[in-house]
Amino acid sequence: MAEIHLWGALRPAAGGASVVSVDANTIRELFRKLKETYPGMAPHLARGVAVSIDGRIFRDSWGTELPEGAEIYLLPRIQGG
Amino acid sequence: MGVLVTTTINGDTVEFACDPHESLLDVLRNRLGLSGAKEGCGTGDCGSCSVQVDGRVVCSCLMLGVEAEGREIETVEGLSTGTELHPLQTKFLEHAALQCGVCTPGFLMAAKALLEKNPDPTEEEIRFGLAGNLCRCTGYDKIVRAVQDAAKVMRG
Amino acid sequence: MAASENATAVPSADGNMAHPFEDAPNHVTPTVVHDPILTKTDFKSVGTRPLRPDGLDKVTGRARYGADFNLPGQLVGLVLRSPHAHAKIKKIDTSKAEKLAGVKAVITAADLPDHTAGDQSMYDILENCMARGIAKYDGHAVAAVAAVDAPTARAALKLIKVDYEILPHVTDVDEAVKPNAPLVNPKMFTEGVEPKPKKASNIAKRTEFGHGDVDAGFKDADVIVERSFRTEQTHQGYIEPHACVASVSPDGTGELWVCTQGHFVYRNHCAMLLGMEVSKLRVTSSEIGGGFGGKTHVWAEPVALALSRKANRPVKLTMSRDEVFRASGPTSATSIDVRIGAKKDGTIVAADATLRFSGGPYYGMWAELGAMTAFACYDLKNVRTVGYEVLVNRPKTAAYRAPSAPMAAFAVESVVDELAHKIGMNEVDFRIKNAAKQGTRASYGPVYGPIGIGATLEAAKKHPHMSAPLGKNQGRGMACGFWFNFGGQTCTDINVGPDGSVTLTVGTVDVGGSRASIALCVAEELGVPYEQVKCIVADTGTLGHNDMTDGSRGTFSSSMAGIFAARNAITVLRERAAKMWEISVDDVTWEDGHAKAVGEKYGNLTPLSLKEIAAAAGNTGGPVAGHSEIVADGAGVSFATHIADVEVDPETGRSKIVRYTVIQDAGKAVHPTYVEGQYQGGAAQGIGWALNEEYIYGKNGRLQNPGFLDYRIPVCSDLPMIDTQILEIPNPNHPYGVRGVGETSIVPPLAAIANAMSNAFGVRMTHVPMSPPRVLKALEAARKG
Repeated sequence: MAEIHLWGALRPAAGGASVVSVDANTIRELFRKLKETYPGMAPHLARGVAVSIDGRIFRDSWGTELPEGAEIYLLPRIQGG
Repeated sequence: MGVLVTTTINGDTVEFACDPHESLLDVLRNRLGLSGAKEGCGTGDCGSCSVQVDGRVVCSCLMLGVEAEGREIETVEGLSTGTELHPLQTKFLEHAALQCGVCTPGFLMAAKALLEKNPDPTEEEIRFGLAGNLCRCTGYDKIVRAVQDAAKVMRG
Repeated sequence: MAASENATAVPSADGNMAHPFEDAPNHVTPTVVHDPILTKTDFKSVGTRPLRPDGLDKVTGRARYGADFNLPGQLVGLVLRSPHAHAKIKKIDTSKAEKLAGVKAVITAADLPDHTAGDQSMYDILENCMARGIAKYDGHAVAAVAAVDAPTARAALKLIKVDYEILPHVTDVDEAVKPNAPLVNPKMFTEGVEPKPKKASNIAKRTEFGHGDVDAGFKDADVIVERSFRTEQTHQGYIEPHACVASVSPDGTGELWVCTQGHFVYRNHCAMLLGMEVSKLRVTSSEIGGGFGGKTHVWAEPVALALSRKANRPVKLTMSRDEVFRASGPTSATSIDVRIGAKKDGTIVAADATLRFSGGPYYGMWAELGAMTAFACYDLKNVRTVGYEVLVNRPKTAAYRAPSAPMAAFAVESVVDELAHKIGMNEVDFRIKNAAKQGTRASYGPVYGPIGIGATLEAAKKHPHMSAPLGKNQGRGMACGFWFNFGGQTCTDINVGPDGSVTLTVGTVDVGGSRASIALCVAEELGVPYEQVKCIVADTGTLGHNDMTDGSRGTFSSSMAGIFAARNAITVLRERAAKMWEISVDDVTWEDGHAKAVGEKYGNLTPLSLKEIAAAAGNTGGPVAGHSEIVADGAGVSFATHIADVEVDPETGRSKIVRYTVIQDAGKAVHPTYVEGQYQGGAAQGIGWALNEEYIYGKNGRLQNPGFLDYRIPVCSDLPMIDTQILEIPNPNHPYGVRGVGETSIVPPLAAIANAMSNAFGVRMTHVPMSPPRVLKALEAARKG
């Protein structure tokens, strides 16, 4: 089970919770399970989400494993210039 | 299509025909294949179209093509001698005085004109001498150093 | 992959015996994606300062930028733009323009049907490229022509009759949030508020970040500072205007030559907007004359393609400088409220910010980025940031180098300084006390891994700039800045020529010398001299997708892919050497650019150089190559500290930067000169933003200063030499420790300069740019008050 921290925009879809528990080993699995459990998150996930794993931000690598005990934070998908 | 013009560009006699309203920049780029001079603004504010006309640095976007008649025009394409680079070109490369490089032809011509008038300029004189050329990438630090270094080489 | 022991000869079609199985062309070494961990800290090539491969062309005028390319038969494209800030387009009559001799195509939105299939952000791009029934800003494209020459195109534009019904407009970010402000988009209902609003608004979205309890925190504070700030809209100011040549054939295939930060993304977007398959559009990136985020978005390119499609001839479309200012993508104007509370001992106990950022007429994530970055430098128990995306009748906001961070930092770093003074603490020490470190929960959410802000602050404290004497009317200020870095999709090819020279093909556009940096990394990994590696940027037909050069990702991602491609090439080179020696590949290593046979029994085998193996490639299996397709991801974050000395003339209000220092962590500076260049360039842009640059709109909603004369970017005489200190704290998630460096340097200057002014005169500047009229007003107010 991984503890997933949600940024503000995702919380309403999780009933206001800022942390949810999800059984997932990879980022891809995490997204799939989030969409199944919290359908309200789907538009945000579609629009683009970044995943911080212990402070490192992943924007594309959905095969990345979620290490045991790592801090997982969902963020808006940042853009640069 | 009106006017026939005879001029000298980088030492070569050149003849071209252009409309009276065409700028020298338009003529260089569109009729003579000399695209080193760039159109950054078209209103003489950025200097990326700088060329030398009878030794004087000029925004070619502010000069008409027909005004080139009988004059000596120098562009960045004429800076090097064969394969040997002008010291300004060499020093710009060595000092990384360019990042995107689009302002570089204009700076080279402006710097050349500056050093021809003032072969041993102070940093302040270089900065004011080049104040008519905009660079958005470098912050000018390495450009000034390159010009200082080239000036040293050119003084022998 | 050792050759099969059971190789059998196979007869070829002409009856001759073909090569044995082991050399058959279907023997393929799969591309391996390597682990992106730090493996090297000792370098031969990386860290040197050779000349860049494109440098010669750029100093001789040979380099070809967007407007330096021409196709036979090309037409000149020109765009007709709305002179109104907000207007319904009742009718467009193009008939007279179409009849003008020499005009080959006239288009409106009708020629750009909607293929966006519900993708709102792509629809916004489509509408921004060509107005669909409503002009939403002064400069919004409403029609376009392609004609045989520029005078004909200009005459054609004059013949297009547009019937406008002028609508009320709003261009100011604070005016736009007022309850009775004219609506920019009557269908926009604020996202991120519960319950969902029933009334439309100019606020597209509300976002919030933070943790802890700020109200409790403020109750606990000994000192609180609260201020409001404004920053005006600025433009990236690249010297090269947008330019492209588009050519669409009757069979629907197309070519596009364009200056861009990302030709693959441009291809994807243009193809979708034109209803073309991506593979049918080939995009070549010209040399780019600056982008800074403004060339990560299509503006006129789909229009050029649509014109070409209609005219059945190539179309060259360049934007004038006026058009660049009015109709490309400047950054947000902002209005920010900051409140920070601290204890007497200097510990910050609560921090709160509300940020309103303008996005032009469209939904974006600008305030969101500001809300994420505002307090990112600090270790805070109680923090809250709320961002509002505000719609205005101005051009569509695009990214500008660390988008949204400079404005947020201006506000926060100003208040941090004021707080430090109120407590009686040195500004640097105050920041050191509260700086984020490994294990800090970032104000935008996650816990930080190893980060460098502490190191930059300590370095600033020790820097000679800090103790240099100040002259009359001079003040010194410092500020910190934060920005994300990212990686992204990256493909790289290494092909070894028959003479052993290496062609390194990348897909990241080179904005400032990255071809040299990536070549240095590949030369390092292969163990060959830099001069043996030639780096080129390929078009979209030659490589797989590469993300744009933005987000400080160019050198970071492509060097990583380059290093992995080199490792894959080395696997092949070892196999070839093994074949040449007829030994097992397990007994072959690669060292210093040579294959070496390991083991005493091979003592008589002289190492084989890359050149020698390449020369024999035809007989060992064919051309030698290494490829890498990766997603460079998990990049760390970036911090910087700047120190600025500013001199203000109290009579004219004119300020001058007399000394400036940038201190930033690069992880590993591959080409230190280019890293310095990024630091200096970002600082210079920040200085212009702080002192002079702003979009000025009239009451009629029209942009009054769309040119370099009145939109004044720094010139050579405005600036001193810019000192740089490159810290190298290796990034553990890159093979050579490289971090992205391009953006962070624009984040601290606004605040560093405001703090310097405050220290010079005791006036707190809250409105950027701090132009002479504003400075004089502030000085006047201080004299009176």
